[in-house]
Amino acid sequence: MKVYLDNGATTRLDPRVLAKMKPYLTEKYGNASSIHFLGQSAYLDLMGAKERVAKILGGEAESVIFTSGATESNNMIVKGVALANQTKGNKIIVSNIEHPCVRESANELARAGFKVEFVPANSDGIVTPEALEKLIDKETILVSIMTVNNEIGTINDITALSKVAHKYGAYFHTDAVQAIPYLKIDIKKMGIDLLSLSGHKFHGPKGVGVAYIGKGIKIKPLIVGGGQENNLRSGTYNLPGIMGLVYALELAYKERTAYLKRVKELRDYFWKTINKEISGLKLNGSLTKRTPANLNVMFGSIEGEAILMDLSYKGICVSTGSACSATNLRASHVLMAIGLNKNFLNSNIRFSFGKFNTRSEIDYTIKALKDTVKRLRNFSPIK
Amino acid sequence: MALNYTKKTINHFLKPQNIGEINKPDGYAQIGNMVCGDQLDFFLKVEKGKIKDVKFLSFGCASNIATASLLTEKVKGMTIAEAKKYKWETVVAELGGLPSQKIHCSIMAVQGLRKAIADYESRQVIEPTFGKKVKKVKNIKKTVADKKK
Repeated sequence: MKVYLDNGATTRLDPRVLAKMKPYLTEKYGNASSIHFLGQSAYLDLMGAKERVAKILGGEAESVIFTSGATESNNMIVKGVALANQTKGNKIIVSNIEHPCVRESANELARAGFKVEFVPANSDGIVTPEALEKLIDKETILVSIMTVNNEIGTINDITALSKVAHKYGAYFHTDAVQAIPYLKIDIKKMGIDLLSLSGHKFHGPKGVGVAYIGKGIKIKPLIVGGGQENNLRSGTYNLPGIMGLVYALELAYKERTAYLKRVKELRDYFWKTINKEISGLKLNGSLTKRTPANLNVMFGSIEGEAILMDLSYKGICVSTGSACSATNLRASHVLMAIGLNKNFLNSNIRFSFGKFNTRSEIDYTIKALKDTVKRLRNFSPIK
Repeated sequence: MALNYTKKTINHFLKPQNIGEINKPDGYAQIGNMVCGDQLDFFLKVEKGKIKDVKFLSFGCASNIATASLLTEKVKGMTIAEAKKYKWETVVAELGGLPSQKIHCSIMAVQGLRKAIADYESRQVIEPTFGKKVKKVKNIKKTVADKKK
């Protein structure tokens, strides 16, 4: 049996989404910047796509920019807003549990002379408005705090955090990559100025994302060239990707209620059962303030990658922390940030569920995991 | 970069040889720790200058387990002198290669084994006169420590 429990890393493309993408590769392949009929038809679909994204997110169509993914969106927003608004001040605040693409963008700004502050998450994995309030001042240009953490699935109170940012005249950006469809995003109500999304995290295609850039916000483009996206992001419009992302986003919210119920049942059943049948487990991050798709479990006396590889040979895909941490061999900055005992930083597995998971897959995984843990603990020197 | 382990490495990970502890070992060493994400414990039984038995425990990744498994398999039956010379490069070659970020596993396994051999040797005292005779002294570490005080 093959079981994919790494939906936090990426998701399987929904076949219905693929069907919507295909014509844009084979028939409607025009360049949306061309003025002949094939180009113009692509252009109209592109404009329609912006309307559709804006409708779901509660924002404005002209603020929707399509990028190659969230890494580009986050780089563009964090660096671009900072560089274009230096008359306001010199300070950038990001949380200490951000995805590396936000963190490294902030670090690049620090090297360029900006004052960068990292607002700490609490032991539940939540960034509180109080913690932000302690660091923010009138010099702050931008606050960037993720909606949902990618490793532990914890959810931040974006409305409260953006209020703090606005009190000091700072823009508020959120990396909402892991929030779809777990939260209903309402850009205006939540006070979001800038937002990043990635298509492949919600059963859409890879290589396409959204950078939402609120009206009137000055931003320096990351990619220059032909002047697409109002000069904010050059490069030929990726119509197959864009149309796939939009449809996947619509499906995610259309089928949200039933999906949330099903995924929560699977996740809770999995956690309840393994916690009962395997001793010494601990959940990383709050159980209640997290998405129903995420579980991050500490296994104590055995090493995470060994667990991952053993499960992998049984056909089960999970991750240690995040997919990025799999090859760089660094302990998770998120688990460090929430104060996990340093002895246990290398003993964790993230199980991330998705819409294609079934009960029988979960039963198979429980059985396999029990065997894996038993085998590895059998020759662990840690008692 | 993906972690492409060879079949041999995978086999050693899935069915590691020589796992466990040796009761009253002639040599013992621990290398690495949980914070770094790798730890190996080696146990040696030595008879007539040869490794009669060797076992290990692991808190580590797949290649940590596989390198220790292969190494123990290879040095079992070797003389102490031979085992001391066993190189990490040979571990890597025997496994058919390791991903570059996993090379340190083979180095750690070899260092751990050498540390266990050093522990064994520290427990031995060679009679200065007439050479050849080897006398085993138990708790020599403790005796040395007491003398230092």
